[in-house]
Amino acid sequence: MFRFALGRLFQAVPVLLVVITVTFFLVHSAPGGPFDADKAVPPEVLKALEAQYNLDQPMWQQYLSYLGDVVQGDLGPSFKYSGRTVNELIGAGLPTTAELAFYAMLVALGVGITAGVTASMRPNTMQDYIPMSAAMIGICMPSFLLGPLLVLIFGIHLEWLPVSGWGDIPGDKILPSITLGTAYAAYIARLSRGGMLEVLTQDYIRTARAKGLSEPVVIAKHALRGGLIPVVSFLGPAFAGLLGGSFVVETIFQIPGLGRFYVQAAFNRDYTLILGMTVFFSTLIIIFNLLSDMLAIWLNPKLRQEIRGSN
Amino acid sequence: MAILEVKGLKVYFHTRNGVVKAVDDVSFSVDSGETLAIVGESGSGKSVTCYSLLDLLPKPPARIEGGTAFFDGEDLLTCSPDRMRHHRCNDIAVIFQDPMTSLNPFLTIGEQLIEPLIYHPDKSLIQSRSKARERAIQLLDEVGIIDPDSRFDCYPHEFSGGMRQRVMIAMALITKPRLLICDEPTTALDVTIQAQILKLIKKLQQTHEVAVIFISHDLGVVAGIADKVLVMCEGTIRETGNTDSIFYRSQNEYTKKLLAAIPSGPKKLESRVKPENLIRVSHLKTHFNDYSKQKIDGKYSQIKAVDDVSLNISRGEILGLVGESGSGKSTLGRSILQLVPNTAGIVNFGADQLTGLSPRQLVPWRRRMQMIFQDPYASLNPRMTVYETLSEPLLYHGLANRENVLSKVSELMDEVGLARGHMRKYPHEFSGGQRQRIAIGRAIATKPEFIIADEPVSALDVTIQAQILDLILDLVESHNLTMMFISHDLSVVRYISDRVMILHQGVIVEEGKTEELWANPQDPYTQNLLRSIPIADPILERARIENI
Repeated sequence: MFRFALGRLFQAVPVLLVVITVTFFLVHSAPGGPFDADKAVPPEVLKALEAQYNLDQPMWQQYLSYLGDVVQGDLGPSFKYSGRTVNELIGAGLPTTAELAFYAMLVALGVGITAGVTASMRPNTMQDYIPMSAAMIGICMPSFLLGPLLVLIFGIHLEWLPVSGWGDIPGDKILPSITLGTAYAAYIARLSRGGMLEVLTQDYIRTARAKGLSEPVVIAKHALRGGLIPVVSFLGPAFAGLLGGSFVVETIFQIPGLGRFYVQAAFNRDYTLILGMTVFFSTLIIIFNLLSDMLAIWLNPKLRQEIRGSN
Repeated sequence: MAILEVKGLKVYFHTRNGVVKAVDDVSFSVDSGETLAIVGESGSGKSVTCYSLLDLLPKPPARIEGGTAFFDGEDLLTCSPDRMRHHRCNDIAVIFQDPMTSLNPFLTIGEQLIEPLIYHPDKSLIQSRSKARERAIQLLDEVGIIDPDSRFDCYPHEFSGGMRQRVMIAMALITKPRLLICDEPTTALDVTIQAQILKLIKKLQQTHEVAVIFISHDLGVVAGIADKVLVMCEGTIRETGNTDSIFYRSQNEYTKKLLAAIPSGPKKLESRVKPENLIRVSHLKTHFNDYSKQKIDGKYSQIKAVDDVSLNISRGEILGLVGESGSGKSTLGRSILQLVPNTAGIVNFGADQLTGLSPRQLVPWRRRMQMIFQDPYASLNPRMTVYETLSEPLLYHGLANRENVLSKVSELMDEVGLARGHMRKYPHEFSGGQRQRIAIGRAIATKPEFIIADEPVSALDVTIQAQILDLILDLVESHNLTMMFISHDLSVVRYISDRVMILHQGVIVEEGKTEELWANPQDPYTQNLLRSIPIADPILERARIENI
């Protein structure tokens, strides 16, 4: 397993290189620059600024020196947040975003798997149609609509939960987590329904029933493990997506997370911050994909032994 | 005394295309200690009958429309789910057909074995894990699993097919059932393994005193194991009686047809062998890397699928290639046709050498040699109509053009016995036998000289099998074909071949003229193989079982 993981991480190096290269030149070729402002800046000041951030060097030299820094784990200084490095900014926003993503993931897994498994037990009946229709709505509903809707109902109308904030008032984490997790819950519901339906027609499920096992044991012990493998494979991309896609939810609920940096950086042409966030999220996606693949392998005894044998 | 009494059982499937009467008015009884065989072809309703007794059918679409099935005075068809669990756990056990898919790949076989004991619906009968483990290990030992103590914690994929079926048998017996339903328990197994499993079932039936319902399509197997036989066709009972009367004094047309369809005895067709070698194979080796094992010195160890095989096939000859699963017989066939890369050796077609040719250079040879595959369900493209499947090779090899392709395809349809009107249909609209006719039509479309038929009738019912074999023999004669006929079924090979080769672990262990080899096999492996074939004649079959 260790060698498998190492091999996969090794494969990630060219992927990251491509990501950095493409983003670097794309960002630099976009019109405008980090120090464009409404008020004209005196040319000598602009020159000094560009010299300070090495922007006066040829493009390829900037690119190489940036690569050198990234290899050492240094994502450079932010152009807009003067005096702060990109590493610091990510470090400041990450815990909040990670916490939000974690809760959203709990919502997605809990609701999604329950709905999917329930639906798969009686396919093409009301027990299937109702959760699956709800899931369809969940997938279609954008978070900028769902968020305000939830705020309107539970925050303003019923006054059960706070309408915004993060960690200030008890319960203020509930609505953002649901808003962010809903689309993923819906997707997981569909995945787990599909996986379970396939497993439930397998011969070994019939064997389990023929042995006189009760239906809960058949589902929980014999069917879930195989039926949820599609969900496990989806966990990696889902978690990376939750971390990277929290901007809208963070804006709606005034959460001091990572998402706002990303969007603001793009508007400000804050080259290093855009690049740094992209590199950071790409790395996360690669790592989480690897983790979910490893989990899927570990859950399958045959693959587990083959991987062990090849080490 | 009857332990199970089924009366007027009706099971219908309510599908979108209407009602299918899978089981229609079936009645039978089983006495304790007795073996009842239910015989029939696929779709006859034999499995549905038995699954309905244990409520194992998917509902919907299945629905039980009528009848009773009394077990110990209780109707299985109307009892509550709790009572059904009770019966499944205590009284009636099932051994399923395919041991490869009937065990859960995610759980150890030990865990699966003890489940009926540790989750028993009757609280007072629940056993501790350690006690259940003891019982399971004792049973594993009894069914012939070597070193059961350490095998207990292994996963199903670590067992061979025969061993898995032994595990299934142990699992069925762990709750000490009084009725055992065996659904084609040896169909997925090799003939020598089949002999061992049947012997085991018979022995366990005697020591554990269980009644057995034995579902099978194989009349040879049934002849040896059954006390009573029930012949089913299209959901109804055609005939029922004790084994001898069914086999020797059957009055029923369908039973007679079944018995007549079993290939038996030597080849009917006259040999057309000419003294000219069409295919010459010398020292052919096909090895694969074994990715499941550790690398040694940076190299994978080799699976020697075909290991130094030399053979000649004369023009007009039908060579039977026999071997059990994993013997390398399919790989040998594919290696000769250059469908897998050869590791070493030379294959000659007539005067020309095939080995070493590039895929492009092989194209003209592809026209002259073809293959018929085993599974007509998997080897036809489901998104192509019969017309597309048959016209493709004709157009590709330039044997037809846009003007005459339709008439050529029509001729092919006639030749393989398919109605021309079916040309625009897709494979799923045909039965297994018809699909194999399509596959055969595709193979002969290019007017090849040499055909390798890889288990062409193994997936078919016995009456269909007989028709397809006759079709193949007809075509061999009319097209002047040379053929290598690969099969695990020795009776079929004997029926069709001029000469036979026995392959075992990639090596030819014996070869000879079919009847000579049958009469006097030299190699111990061949002897054992020939001894293991069930004979569809109760007296001979019982005598055969006695002798092994």
